[in-house]
Amino acid sequence: MKYHTPATFEDAVGIAANATGVTRFLAGGTDVLVQLRADIVTPDDLIDVKHIPGVRDMTQNPDGSWTIGVAVAGAEMTENPALIADWPGVVEGMDLIGSTQVQGRATLTGNLCNGSPAGDAVPGMIAAGASVSVTGPDGSREVAVEDIPTGPGRTSLAKGEMVTAVHLPARGQNGGDAYLRFIPRTEMDIAVVGCAVNLRVDGDTITEARVALGAVAPTARLVEDAATALIGSKLDDAALEALAAAASAACNPIDDKRGTIEFRTHVAGVLAQRAAKIAYARARGEK
Amino acid sequence: MALDSKTEFKYIGTRPDRPDGMDKVTGKARYGADAYAPGMLHGAVVRSPHAHAKIVKIDASKALAMKGVKAVVTRADFATDLEGEDWDLLENTIAGEKTLYDGHAVAAVAATSALIAKDAAKLVEVEYEILPCVTDVDAAMADGAPVIRDGAADHSVPEGLHPNVVRYTEFGRGDVEAGFAAADLVVERDFKTEAVHQGYIEPHACLANLGADGKGELWCCTQGHWFVRRMCTALLGLETTQLRVTASEIGGGFGGKTTVFIDPIALALSRAAGKPVKLVMSRSEVLKASGPTSSASMNVKMGMTKDGKLTAATAVFRMQGGAFPGAPMDMTTMLAFSCYDLDNVHHEGFDVMTNRPKQAAYRAPGAPMGAFAVESVMDELCQGLGLDPIDARLTNAVKEGTKSSFGPRYKAVGLIETLEAAKAHPHYSAPLAENTGRGIASGYWMNWGGETSTSLAIGEDGTVQVGVGTPDIGGSRASMALMAAETLGIPYENVRVDVVDTASLGVNEPSHGSRATYASGLAVIESAREAITKLSKRAADKWGIDAEAVEWRDGAAHPSGPNAGDFTPLSIADIAGEMGSTGGPITGHHDASPTGFGGSFGTHIVDVHVDPDTGKSTVVRYTVVQDAGKAIHPSYVEGQFQGGAAQGIGWALNEEYIYDDDGRLQNDVFLDYRIPVASDLPMIDTVIVEVPNPGHPYGVRGVGETGITPPLPAVACAISHAIGHRMTRLPISPPRVLRAIQGKGIS
Ligand SMILES: Cc1cc2nc3c(=O)[nH]c(=O)nc-3n(C[C@H](O)[C@H](O)[C@H](O)COP(=O)(O)OP(=O)(O)OC[C@H]3O[C@@H](n4cnc5c(N)ncnc54)[C@H](O)[C@@H]3O)c2cc1C
Repeated sequence: MKYHTPATFEDAVGIAANATGVTRFLAGGTDVLVQLRADIVTPDDLIDVKHIPGVRDMTQNPDGSWTIGVAVAGAEMTENPALIADWPGVVEGMDLIGSTQVQGRATLTGNLCNGSPAGDAVPGMIAAGASVSVTGPDGSREVAVEDIPTGPGRTSLAKGEMVTAVHLPARGQNGGDAYLRFIPRTEMDIAVVGCAVNLRVDGDTITEARVALGAVAPTARLVEDAATALIGSKLDDAALEALAAAASAACNPIDDKRGTIEFRTHVAGVLAQRAAKIAYARARGEK
Repeated sequence: MALDSKTEFKYIGTRPDRPDGMDKVTGKARYGADAYAPGMLHGAVVRSPHAHAKIVKIDASKALAMKGVKAVVTRADFATDLEGEDWDLLENTIAGEKTLYDGHAVAAVAATSALIAKDAAKLVEVEYEILPCVTDVDAAMADGAPVIRDGAADHSVPEGLHPNVVRYTEFGRGDVEAGFAAADLVVERDFKTEAVHQGYIEPHACLANLGADGKGELWCCTQGHWFVRRMCTALLGLETTQLRVTASEIGGGFGGKTTVFIDPIALALSRAAGKPVKLVMSRSEVLKASGPTSSASMNVKMGMTKDGKLTAATAVFRMQGGAFPGAPMDMTTMLAFSCYDLDNVHHEGFDVMTNRPKQAAYRAPGAPMGAFAVESVMDELCQGLGLDPIDARLTNAVKEGTKSSFGPRYKAVGLIETLEAAKAHPHYSAPLAENTGRGIASGYWMNWGGETSTSLAIGEDGTVQVGVGTPDIGGSRASMALMAAETLGIPYENVRVDVVDTASLGVNEPSHGSRATYASGLAVIESAREAITKLSKRAADKWGIDAEAVEWRDGAAHPSGPNAGDFTPLSIADIAGEMGSTGGPITGHHDASPTGFGGSFGTHIVDVHVDPDTGKSTVVRYTVVQDAGKAIHPSYVEGQFQGGAAQGIGWALNEEYIYDDDGRLQNDVFLDYRIPVASDLPMIDTVIVEVPNPGHPYGVRGVGETGITPPLPAVACAISHAIGHRMTRLPISPPRVLRAIQGKGIS
């Protein structure tokens, strides 16, 4: 195994593009190193991104949007009051990952690029309408977060491509988001179902909404029917019922040691309703 | 040894800091993997990926050719003339002709680094012929199930049962049919529990050094190093005393470290390589290839009159203990109805082999499963007849003189006292929130004595060193020091207690069977008394009076009365300071297999909230009431109560071994083998009841095991009440609860 510490994204991409074996980027390493030690993935080239200038920066841009570096750890996000005020749902998704120790290392980008359908930070990013900058041997592009994962452990990043930053849109007025996951315990577990809701209100009425589900399909997914159920409503019982039905209908889960198909499908609806209520309260300034 | 008349204590019952605490919180304490030796090699084990397979060929040539590899061992490197349990132990340690479960050891490598050893292990080529496998206990008993090992059954098994049934027991008394006929309500239910792991945080680890001359040393993490010595020397064909075993500090065991897994392999590697070899299990190896407890399939039927008197009870327990005989069905049958005074009772037990690792002891081995079934039926009877569950238990509770369901009459026991204390506890009458249920259950463990040897020596300044052979797994050094201090009349801080190696004392059984504080404690008290006799004699000699005329009190020799003479008392330090010139070192020693151990009853109260939309259970309040006999160090007694409850809650709610159809373990990491984390549990309240054990000088009963027996039924009953459906299958995981709430059954 070769361990690289490139000082620029160009170098990192160059190493990745020319590598012939198994290649991994090393952000927090909380997936990569665990997989290495458990004999699941033994990279031939391990490319540490943490020596690239700027990767630990978290910046609010003049238009109110946010740029989050690819090595920003969860603990740094949960100590940024302005970020939490704008995107509490995104931050709570990140904050649910692991323990205090893991929070000191784990990153949004790593959570996304690890490709787990159950990644806790991913639904929140999708619901927020986040995108990532991707750089590769053939240049750079902006990609919506929901277009990155393609299946368990797989992403749409081509050989040599890497994420260089995460972008969260400007929050704007009267918006709120929330993320909830179901685990049988309270901590240190993997989501059996995850759901993020992001919405905007005008008075009591929901004017915009995005709903994303995790752990109920091969990838985290944006559920447009669920958003449709919310938009135009005052989050009344009928809207909540339609939301749950749409969320459950979007599920395509597996039966495994963590949960059954019928359980995941039902709980997706339950969490969608609960997350929507929290997001709605936040959007209305009720917190 | 009889109960002392002494009831006023100066040190016993206080809560000083444990002597090992500072080292443990500062990282100085040395655990199994913290040992190093010059020239040390590292071992790695080659494990079967198949649940059941014939080993056709093992080719280690590529591994041996790797730079840094110093030895490879297989079954051929172990003793060949073993029988019975020793053969089973060896077969489990390293496979012979067949591999019997996913993770079964097949070969092992020693190399100059852990990484090289791990890589070399992958180069050992094993050719397998895969055989059909079975992991479920009911499936393993059914016609046509794959046979794990023909001829493994003993004479107890009736004709016509599947060869996987290897032991059978059946006993009872009275007329159960007449008893059921006299009942106003009879409840019969089937129950199932899954296998669970002790979940100790420290993986098995050892450092072995064995020469070609058959002399060796072993450092290892264990609950009992004399057991390790006997097992390892048998498996390697050595003389018992030629191997010196030292127990490291221990990061949990709960019964799972009373046997051997990797220690014989490390010794064989060391003998083959001529160097010390360190071997450490990964978490995945621990879960796959150490000794979880049995899973069980059970049927319990009980009858009760409308005023709460039990009229009859029957139980059938089918338990799998992995690919070897040994599932604890004898304990399950024995203790299932141990709380109740029954005239008509009948038990049946089946010990069944499956393609799983050889089960090992786990805290009150076998008792929690039986309690789950019996206490659940008891709860349903109370519910059906509109009786208070504590009152109904009091109506039937055993007490001193009651003939137990398994035969002998009880000596003084504290079930009634725990029930009364539970009833009086504010928890029992506290109002319940919405979607919350309350469960009550009692449980028992009879505890144990076992071979015990301790020593005590007085230092030149009058401080005292104590050597015991029971590893300190839950604060026992503090308890030993308190008992020595109390007996000698010297401060707690003046006593040092060490867990010494196998070359320093006679044979000691492990810290198992809730025996350490009872048996080693008793021996420490007797060792101290022997030292007191010698100390008094030195004083008597100095004063020129008879030894009988000396009284030992408050850490000093006193003339026993005016007739004995008027002498200034001699303290332990005074006598110790001169002992070199008054007759030499002063020590005490005690060897015994004490039989006066006394069982411990407990009663638990738990409130569980169930989220009706997701089926998630949250334990919101928990109270343990248990009889300690005498709590030597109350904090560590409470710790045992809380630990038992915590493990039982995990067993009830989320823990389980999950095998796929090919017999591969699906959850061999803590991410998916879900023990409760700290935030899953409320503060567990404790009430110590003290009904002294007549068989210990200070009244001690063991307290380690009883605490895991009531939580399974208590939690299950609480959830059953919260959702209005009887939960008869563990773990009571959210998907199962949600199905029950939705009326879809509980499978
Ligand atoms: C104890 C523990 C608990 C955990 N609990 C949770 C949990 O509750 N929820 C959850 O979702 N996860 C959990 N995880 C998994 C893990 O912590 C998260 O997925 C984390 O966000 C990964 O981030 P990282 O920076 O450590 O990623 P790394 O391990 O560094 O990388 C992960 C993947 O991302 C790729 N990658 C990294 N950076 C880039 C880049 N710039 N461009 C392209 N690819 C890149 C790597 O190649 C690798 O495949 C847990 C892990 C542990 C050890």
